[in-house]
Amino acid sequence: MSSTASNNSEATGLLPIAPFLRISDQGEAHLEGSRCKSCGAVFLGERATCSKCTTRDQMEAIELSNRGELYVYSIVFRSFPGVEVPYVSAVVDLEGGGTVKGTLLNVDPDPEKIRMGMPVEVIYRKAPRKDAEGNEYLTYYFQPRG
Amino acid sequence: MSDVYVVGADMIKFGRFPAISVPKLGARAAHMALDDAGLTMNDIQALYSGNLVQAAAMVGQRILAEIGQTGIPVVNCANACATGATAFREGWMSIKAGVYDVVLCVGTEQMGKGLLGGGGGKKGIPTEGLLGSGTMPAVFAEAGMEHQRKYGTTLEQFAGVSVKNHHHSTMNPKAMYQIETPLETVMNAEMIAYPNTKLMCSVNVDGAAAAVICSEQKARELGLMSRAVRVRASVLTSDPYQERNLQMPDVNTCTQRAASTAYEAAGVGPDEIDLVELHDCFATAEILHYGNLGLCEPEDAGAFLDDGQTTLGGKCPVNVSGGLLSKGHPLGATGIANIYEICTHLRGEAGKRQVDGAKLGLTHVIGLGSACGIHILERPS
Repeated sequence: MSSTASNNSEATGLLPIAPFLRISDQGEAHLEGSRCKSCGAVFLGERATCSKCTTRDQMEAIELSNRGELYVYSIVFRSFPGVEVPYVSAVVDLEGGGTVKGTLLNVDPDPEKIRMGMPVEVIYRKAPRKDAEGNEYLTYYFQPRG
Repeated sequence: MSDVYVVGADMIKFGRFPAISVPKLGARAAHMALDDAGLTMNDIQALYSGNLVQAAAMVGQRILAEIGQTGIPVVNCANACATGATAFREGWMSIKAGVYDVVLCVGTEQMGKGLLGGGGGKKGIPTEGLLGSGTMPAVFAEAGMEHQRKYGTTLEQFAGVSVKNHHHSTMNPKAMYQIETPLETVMNAEMIAYPNTKLMCSVNVDGAAAAVICSEQKARELGLMSRAVRVRASVLTSDPYQERNLQMPDVNTCTQRAASTAYEAAGVGPDEIDLVELHDCFATAEILHYGNLGLCEPEDAGAFLDDGQTTLGGKCPVNVSGGLLSKGHPLGATGIANIYEICTHLRGEAGKRQVDGAKLGLTHVIGLGSACGIHILERPS
């Protein structure tokens, strides 16, 4: 099912950090994907045409899983001014399809402590940044799944 | 359709030239390539100009304003880091099609310092650090980690690419750097995005490179065949659908497809290629492309490097110019600078870094997002 209530208690009134992060009126958050009814390809976010098989108007919106496994990562030590380092940039394959990139929390930024293939889950938190109008955002992260 | 020949090619020494305009950089390289061919702007029927950062600013026409406004058609190309190769290929196609006999291709770029890439658009909040990293060092680090995951490639092997290419650049006076850079130095340099240290990231430099290309008939008429390098294949691909490629740019499949198409067009196999200039934008990337280009099996790529097969004197020297890691990477110029490097070897004019007896060479560039350009070139007969 969708993410736990504890993940989403802060979500109401926040804007999604990315178009594929969906927040319901009740403050429930999930990542949205689409699946091609013709070839079965799964994409992150909404789309009208399948870029795998070129079929038009056969995409259905699906709720992506909050469980997945770490495919690959990098530990980022140098970023743009104002971005706190280090952090773990992670590419995660979600159960049931869909791949998403995000920041992996709650691991040491040390290659000895990070295993490609390790189980992870998607969690939702208020982003530590506001936009120029002062709007607040909901973001997602990954963390190890025990 | 006529074969196409490179009859003039050159590049300026790569460096940092903030006081020189982009068109002036391009003009210098254009004049050098024209001089190499012994031709003038009055011989040129069209200009194919590659530049990325000023893609909307009519760089080609501004180059002509520096070297001769003869009224010829100008095509301005932008295709990420495949920009220069794309401009060259557009020129190649115009001659293949029989529209022109002799055209000029110029690639230029002026870079600034710092990280390229980064997440987030104009709307909302910056996503860098929240949704992972969109910086180029991290994106190519992740591509390298995929190779490690599949084949066990080590940090030392990735770093070894940088050692090799820096070594090669000590023999190239046109490279940004000519400094031997031992393994400890590479591995102990500032970590940018694990496993890429600072010395495993390409150097942001300003640069320009140019090539004059023409039909076989024209090359014969002009008496230029003795130094004319034949273009045996020119291929451009984009990235086909892959399960992960919207979140993780795929530089592998487009390279594999471009390589197999190029080998087929040239009627040669990877074993017959004597040297390669490939897109080592990060040390991690070079390792991937050994397998992608068929130089060895993908799982053997680390050992192929360790055994010295891609070092000058090895089975297939890779990035003898010093590569993007040490020669430097002025985005729009890179694709034509690689062609200049291969031509120099095929003409036997590469001095200390000459690959002995080089008959066939291959250039490869990747524009992230993704475009792959490959050219196979053959020495003058």
